[in-house]
Amino acid sequence: MKIRSSTGDKVFHTFNYLFFAIFTLLCLFPFYYLFINTISSNDLSSRGLVMWYPKEIHFNNYLQVLKLKGLSQAALVSVGRTVIGTVATVAGSAFLGYIFSKRKMWARTFWYRFIMITMYFNAGIIPWYVIMLKLHMTNNFLAYILPMIVSPFYVILVKTFVESLPEVLQESAEMDGAGTMTLFFRIILPLIMPIAATIAIFAAVTQWNSFIDTVFLMTNQKYYTLQFVLYKYLNESNSLAAIIRSSGGSANVDLSKMQTATSIRTTVSMIVVIPILFVYPFFQRFFVKGIMIGAVKG
Amino acid sequence: MSSAAGTSPHPQTAVNQPAAAKRGIPERYRLFLYALPFLVLVFVFSYLPLYGWIYSLYNYRPGFKLSDTPFVGLQWFRSIFANPTQTQEVLRVMKNTVAMSALGILTSVLPVAFAILLSEIRSMRFKKTVQILTTLPNFISWVLVYAIAFMMFNVDNGLINRLLIELGIQDRGYNYLANDSHTWLAMILWATWKGLGWGAIMYIAAITGIDQEQYDAAKVDGAGRFRQMWNITVPGIMPTYFVLLLLSIANFINNGMEQYFVFQNPINKDHIEVLDLYVYNTGMLGTNFSFATAVSMLKSIISIGLLFFANRLSKWVRGESII
Repeated sequence: MKIRSSTGDKVFHTFNYLFFAIFTLLCLFPFYYLFINTISSNDLSSRGLVMWYPKEIHFNNYLQVLKLKGLSQAALVSVGRTVIGTVATVAGSAFLGYIFSKRKMWARTFWYRFIMITMYFNAGIIPWYVIMLKLHMTNNFLAYILPMIVSPFYVILVKTFVESLPEVLQESAEMDGAGTMTLFFRIILPLIMPIAATIAIFAAVTQWNSFIDTVFLMTNQKYYTLQFVLYKYLNESNSLAAIIRSSGGSANVDLSKMQTATSIRTTVSMIVVIPILFVYPFFQRFFVKGIMIGAVKG
Repeated sequence: MSSAAGTSPHPQTAVNQPAAAKRGIPERYRLFLYALPFLVLVFVFSYLPLYGWIYSLYNYRPGFKLSDTPFVGLQWFRSIFANPTQTQEVLRVMKNTVAMSALGILTSVLPVAFAILLSEIRSMRFKKTVQILTTLPNFISWVLVYAIAFMMFNVDNGLINRLLIELGIQDRGYNYLANDSHTWLAMILWATWKGLGWGAIMYIAAITGIDQEQYDAAKVDGAGRFRQMWNITVPGIMPTYFVLLLLSIANFINNGMEQYFVFQNPINKDHIEVLDLYVYNTGMLGTNFSFATAVSMLKSIISIGLLFFANRLSKWVRGESII
């Protein structure tokens, strides 16, 4: 009996470890594959000959790609919307979540539902587009920021978090004459930092990854994001070829360093991934701490 | 909270509210005024678009004034059911939508299994590494997933094609992306690749919350590993699973369009077009703006029905609503 269970255990554990090792590799390999293709000879990578390890390593692609027409502008837009959008979202949800934690607020339940219902219900993409058009939100940077300020899910997180704080803190400050705003900035804000950090990372990743809003709203290149440009590069080999020709320069005859469709696609992909690689491990730390408190009533 | 504070509009004692007393606006309205700018934003971006529903009653073309376009009443709604071509189109799109969502719900047990199996790993370092690395795909955009799919599967220099040719399994490149033979399967596989590790996180946290003594007691009673998983771990994470399941029911026809948008091409269009993507393709790219509005209206109405259904279900089973 004892022996049987322990061999069974061994088999189970071997397969278990094996499964996780393979799946982890599946998650990681594509990123490695993109990376080795960006630093290998462009001639080899375009012929699909860089499969497992880099060949003829060089780092030219990263410098050259940033010089492509429109790419640095797209990077600027992406960074801009991520930074401004994140600050706006965190500030908005922190303040609103705090206000909604106040039971004295007029018609609180109604207004809370008014916001929450938008998580599940929307008018549909075409009516939404028409209204955005009427509000002059097409070809307008604000379209990346304003609709993101109130995110129902983050409001829930903050509200639940604030409600879990001891009431005494707010009451004693109120006794001392602190108003709603003072209370928010002096007492609440420092305390909700863990949840604010979670929201910040969430919002930053959402902003950085946003794509479909550009598809709908932006026709002017000035407002293209990196995601959108990457999508264009993946699909429009013709326009990509034109870009390559115009960027090729006259003196550049070194085939291994001349830009190809593959080198541009992989390098832009890496540029889009790199910030995520740096940010997301932090998320893990905050997430379990932060969300588990808030998600109880989702 | 002091006893007077509740939803009841009792005036607060002056001691509690020096700030309100100073300004003269009762605190309950003052709090509302603080929230007002945000409520306006929500109104503008989430409720105002409801006004756009009237376009479904006209034969509208972008660029024209609404008053210059003919009013057609419910013609577009009728045509969904009466015009055979359009009925067929809508049915095809509905089938895709339902299929993708149903596959999503079926595969929602995978993160549960993932979490349970991961909790059996003894090496902390291995566990942490797996947990961190498998959540990475969740944080990248669908465009990037498509970029990866492109680099792996494209017909000219994709890794998989090169590999299969080198191994002699294929004699030439095969276009896996422009291919309609297993579109639903391919979509759910990509979604699983992207979401599995992340989806497991909630359950991993739930498992950590299970009282260790239960396992010890079960061991004393002679319960083996699988018995313990089935009788302790599974019931322990059921509440979490149920909440997430309810949310996916509420969002059954809201499966978004980003993934399908980036993966679509003329060849797989028949099986990849879900409702939102179809509405985009016919309304924004095609010419049938008003018809698309009608379809997306119906979608919104169905989704609110599903939300109430899920909410009912939640109240009935858990005694708590989801909104």
